[in-house]
Amino acid sequence: MIRVSHLRKTFGSFLAVDDLEFTVGRGEVLGFLGPNGAGKSTTMKMITGFLRPDAGAISIGDVDVNLHPRAAQRLIGYLPEGAPAWAEMTPRGFLDFIANIRLLERSERIHALGRAIEITELQAVLDQPIETLSKGYRRRVGLAQAILHDPPVLIMDEPTDGLDPNQKHHVRRAIADMADEKAIIISTHILEEVDAVCSRVLIIDHGREVASGRPSELAARSRYSGAITVTLETAAASALVSTLLSWSEVSAHEEIVRGTETSLTLFPQQGRSEALLRKLQNQPEFGFKTIALEQGRLDDVFRRLTGRAE
Amino acid sequence: MKQFSSIFWREFMSYFSGPLATVFIVVFLLATGLTTFSIAGWYETEQANLQAFFMFHPWIYLFFLPALSMRLWAEERRSGSIELLLTLPIPLVAIVAGKFLAAWAVAGLALSLTFPLWLSVNYLGAPDNGVILASYIGSFFMAGGYLALGSAMSATTRNQIIAFILTLLICFAFTVTGLPMVLDAFRFILPDILVDSIASFSFLVHFKTITAGVIDLRGVIFFASLIVIALFTTVIIVEEKKAEGA
Repeated sequence: MIRVSHLRKTFGSFLAVDDLEFTVGRGEVLGFLGPNGAGKSTTMKMITGFLRPDAGAISIGDVDVNLHPRAAQRLIGYLPEGAPAWAEMTPRGFLDFIANIRLLERSERIHALGRAIEITELQAVLDQPIETLSKGYRRRVGLAQAILHDPPVLIMDEPTDGLDPNQKHHVRRAIADMADEKAIIISTHILEEVDAVCSRVLIIDHGREVASGRPSELAARSRYSGAITVTLETAAASALVSTLLSWSEVSAHEEIVRGTETSLTLFPQQGRSEALLRKLQNQPEFGFKTIALEQGRLDDVFRRLTGRAE
Repeated sequence: MKQFSSIFWREFMSYFSGPLATVFIVVFLLATGLTTFSIAGWYETEQANLQAFFMFHPWIYLFFLPALSMRLWAEERRSGSIELLLTLPIPLVAIVAGKFLAAWAVAGLALSLTFPLWLSVNYLGAPDNGVILASYIGSFFMAGGYLALGSAMSATTRNQIIAFILTLLICFAFTVTGLPMVLDAFRFILPDILVDSIASFSFLVHFKTITAGVIDLRGVIFFASLIVIALFTTVIIVEEKKAEGA
């Protein structure tokens, strides 16, 4: 549904997006991940026809965004960064305006407004000026605007940034509910978001792709993948560590003390993960409170790939 | 067309959602009243016409209209809503024109609210209503000229105050070039033909020919073409500015 090839954009001498290439199909949620200034927003602005790329092609379905921006924009719902809206308007007035601009007919319009308001649960605030609404509601107003015409493609720039956990959950659930029938791109620098909603991840840095794949695939590239983390009493930890490090299955360890509880991550020797896990489970006298096999940590991969690792 | 009128109405209503339009209209009416009665001494002239009323319009517009036009684009850029607006499936020209027309309509509303003055002269004497109508039309088009310049200036910045000052400066230039003393100063250093072409860009010169009652479309055509040019300039500036990533 969304096809981006050899995309490139510079601002003066600054290379914002460099030879980016990806596709997003219906039913997919692509998570755009990267540090601030990596080129996420710039890429989204090009997909939505706000910015013209210096080189490369973008198509939405069969429509080339550069050649037919209006036709492409009809297929896209876009939530720009910070969910801008006109502060003095009410959500009702704002959505009415969008419906007019998007030329929704009377009959489909009532249906579309009802649907968008229901998904974003805006009923309670429809007639309050947007400037008086909380951040979470404002974000939902922006989301309602983006999905009003039920577009096959949805582009959202940091849809949950700055929201509290409840609001985040709410917006994510709304996105997940629509994921089956749309091609969706969201950008974020919140890693938990990727696990929560994305079917695929694209990590970019300095405008370039540094990794892509399913969230689990990427997490598996973390050095924590296959590591085993146990928790135990801090008082007992130091004595145990030397014992554990003497095991042939263990290659290294990491220790985090949280008051009376210590969390100990053991990195196994190559291919000895399962064996180490079994061995640990068979040592009740060590007094472990929990034993967990790690799938890998996305934030670890992210930091390593984007050059922010220690 | 429906899209265009939506842009227009949204913008027009937004002028009235805050105090801006109301304050503008009240202050405009006070300023026109003050200049007509106190400075121009309309009563003392004992003539049943509105020359004294129209005479100060260029100067009143110069200071008040930039306040209407300054927010047109600067505010969209500051709040980020420009990104939303320009990714909706509607041509930029329609947005530029719709927003401009909204500001122009507010100015037109303020101008039309000076009608009691027109009623008064008709009560007091027998003025040439043709001249008055021509003057109103001329004044309205002149206001459009100022606002269109303001629209272009507003597109250059995200700061409304800067937009206001830039507009004031450029409108000042378009106004004073018609003053005899300014033109005389130019005459010392420039050949006559250049001085005359400078004068031909002046709002004052064109507005005067209209209010003098000369049946001449050139004034209105001048302002209309200026509006069109300034709006196309606005389109270009908006395009250029977003390409800079601003």
